[in-house]
Amino acid sequence: MARSVREARGFPLQALNSGRSLLFLCAGVLLAACAAQTAAAGVPDVASALVFGALIAFGELLRLNMPGDREASPIATAGSLGYALLVRIGDQPAVETVEQVVTVTALGMIVGALPHLAVGRPARLEGMAARLLAVACVAGVFRPLTVGTVITRHWWAELPVMISLVVLAWLIETVTAALIRADALRGRFGVTLVDEIRVQLPLGAAVGASALLIVFAAEVMGLAAVAVFTAPLLVTQVALRRYAGIRATYLQTVRALARVTEIGGYVEPGHSDRVSRLAVAVGRELGMSEAALLELEYAALMHDIGQLSLRDPIPGGATVLVVREEQRRIAEYGAEVIQQARVLDPVADIVRRQSDPCRPAARGQEPPLSSRIIRAANAFDDLVGSSAEASRASAAVERLRLDTASEYDPRVVEALSRVVARRPLVNH
Amino acid sequence: MGRLWWGAWLYITAVVVAAVAVTALGPYTGVEWAPVVALGLLQIVSESTATVLRSRSVAWSATSIASLAAVVLTGPVGAALVSCCTLLGIRRGPSPPQRLFNTAMYALSAYLAGHAFLLSGGHVGTPEPSSFPGIIGPFVVADVAHVVINFALLGGVLWLTREPGAGSRVDLHLKLGITDLGYGAFGLLTAALWKVLGPFAPVLLLIPLLAARWAVAQFAAQQRAQAATVSALCQAVETKDVYTRGHSERVSRGSVMIAREIGMRTERVEAIRYAGMLHDVGKLGVPTSVLQKSGSLTDEEYAAIQLHPMCGLDIVRDIGFLDEALAGIMHHHERIDGRGYPMGLAGDEIPEFARVLAVADAFDAMTSTRSYRGARPVPEAVAELRKWAGRQFDPAFVDAFIAAIERDGWKTPEPPAAGDDAADVVASAVGEAGVTGPSESAGAIDSAIDFPAIESM
Repeated sequence: MARSVREARGFPLQALNSGRSLLFLCAGVLLAACAAQTAAAGVPDVASALVFGALIAFGELLRLNMPGDREASPIATAGSLGYALLVRIGDQPAVETVEQVVTVTALGMIVGALPHLAVGRPARLEGMAARLLAVACVAGVFRPLTVGTVITRHWWAELPVMISLVVLAWLIETVTAALIRADALRGRFGVTLVDEIRVQLPLGAAVGASALLIVFAAEVMGLAAVAVFTAPLLVTQVALRRYAGIRATYLQTVRALARVTEIGGYVEPGHSDRVSRLAVAVGRELGMSEAALLELEYAALMHDIGQLSLRDPIPGGATVLVVREEQRRIAEYGAEVIQQARVLDPVADIVRRQSDPCRPAARGQEPPLSSRIIRAANAFDDLVGSSAEASRASAAVERLRLDTASEYDPRVVEALSRVVARRPLVNH
Repeated sequence: MGRLWWGAWLYITAVVVAAVAVTALGPYTGVEWAPVVALGLLQIVSESTATVLRSRSVAWSATSIASLAAVVLTGPVGAALVSCCTLLGIRRGPSPPQRLFNTAMYALSAYLAGHAFLLSGGHVGTPEPSSFPGIIGPFVVADVAHVVINFALLGGVLWLTREPGAGSRVDLHLKLGITDLGYGAFGLLTAALWKVLGPFAPVLLLIPLLAARWAVAQFAAQQRAQAATVSALCQAVETKDVYTRGHSERVSRGSVMIAREIGMRTERVEAIRYAGMLHDVGKLGVPTSVLQKSGSLTDEEYAAIQLHPMCGLDIVRDIGFLDEALAGIMHHHERIDGRGYPMGLAGDEIPEFARVLAVADAFDAMTSTRSYRGARPVPEAVAELRKWAGRQFDPAFVDAFIAAIERDGWKTPEPPAAGDDAADVVASAVGEAGVTGPSESAGAIDSAIDFPAIESM
């Protein structure tokens, strides 16, 4: 409780929380030690250090936005993993040390991140720190193996080792990202981890394969091939960028078009937007997955579309004030509109069931969780509106609580009251 | 498409016979079998994962990687043999004759690309580190030859089986040709890695490309979802007024017809499709009583109606990708002579999209029933467009629209039944969506082609 109060006053506490500082501490200590060691011992192969450093910097420059406000640097990751797994360059054996790999990776990332900082984009230090640790693990295991062991003599012997290490690196990065994300969004770790794995899997596979391509290409064609073999990954990156772009515009489109009910005078200005934000916050509080939250957001944005079938707007647009029959008809019409899009059937179902009450007697046929959330969030917004007064909000929560026996899901109302209590955080 | 005329069949038969002949005649001496088998499998995987883009009209497959790797590793005959594996690809869509033609086309392209590689000084076999950079020149020749021959053969069959009204798709083919050149280059990478990785080389190369393929498929799905959602929401807005039901969809279709007729770029055609769909969304801000009034309007009511383009702009302004469509939505009631609203722009000051929308909008308004008058027949509406060209409409777009209608026809809406009211609209509006979805109108106009093979005959 003390925590949310302090956050409400606007302290940037997230930056100080323990998980993050531990991550930064580890990465910092590791980098300092490696840099000192490399500086003392010197760099045996300057050419490869420069080529890979440049590749990593270039990859960091080409950061990729992923769905759900994530960022990745696939080419930088593939480059640094390839550097850690290097066996031979042309006919010469690769002589990089663990410390050198870590130092070059860190320097490359920092150089590549500078232009992002210069134009005012966030630095994304967590991602860089997690990647540095992952690369350090891979290099720490693999570099000793390259000196005089059987493993690196045949491709069929070294390939399984390399694949396992690439998978290990991917796991380290993904788990760290899930930990940070669960903390920042107040989600549950298990749910966030599954979401993270699902989003990162295709890109992770592409990055891992490209890292191996770089290793073997360096063996056949020397350092010149290193850049050439990031071309397939570049194709992946371009495709993923377009995908992330259209996901964003789709959401933007629904957000904008959901406002037709406001322009038509059916609901108060800002209603759809407020309900959708509150509903998503409640859904996250209840541990819903990212995919379910996206559907919830669409449904919440469009939950009042059914009002377009009314000849005259309800006064103030407050559906909480009209009779049950009317509510059901509006919800049904809204669902039919959404169903026409043929791709949003789950969303249509959520909208259809939003007017169903949650009586404990009707167990087994109770509406989906998303519908129950929208029902509560909508009622809350109808009662409170755009007002930011704390007393009004708590009165509204009390009223919802009184109706939990027949109208609202008690779990949802409790989650909603927790979300509302730390409102300044929700209302950005 | 159903039946084909004998010329098309003759062409297809000739291509298939030529492909069978070069593959069967060999010579098979010196062809290495391990790469042929591995690359044949790669070919099957590529063909089976072809992604269909944009409402069935274009499919995209990375088969040129395997073909060109085979050119380097096994020579012309081996490459033709690898391409023949296309026939075994598991993909719904192409019918057996299409599949046969596609396979024959790939085999011929690969065979001739192989000879182009040899003629320009390339050596068949696993490349050594010393082969670089000497191998790059002949390989580029082979890559270009592969794409050119593929497109020549494909162009032939598309020309022979074309549907009336199918516009030229040179820009699309050019773009796909460049993509295919790039994919061909991965063939050299596969061949280069053969020395250290053997058959595992194409597997590693394919993983990033399959991830890209996945992302492209997701992109296409999202694009379709977005179009369908916008269309559904527009229809919801229209149910407020039974007389304008389906109007947005038809204006969208009409605007796309004009845009295609004047040869707009594909992206702009997509943008104008959205502009047509959304052009009247601001009518929601106009009271229903005004919209459905059958008598003459008071000044105040007229002012309320004149506000609707701005109101629409207000709703869609935040949608980033609309861009040029926004100007179209805002200005679709401007007139060439400067007497329109909301700004009173004249001539070329009016954005191009707005001038296109104005023609399609007026035409659909004339040919559908309104509360205050019945629908007019198409010839009469055409005459009306001609009459007002130069005053209300841009003459160039009027001509383009009339040309498109005369060739492809125009489907006028059913008049609304008596007593039909907003409350009963729900069921019928849902029924209507099945007939006038955006993909349906696109499908009718696009001749469905598949790259680099034909999809429909």
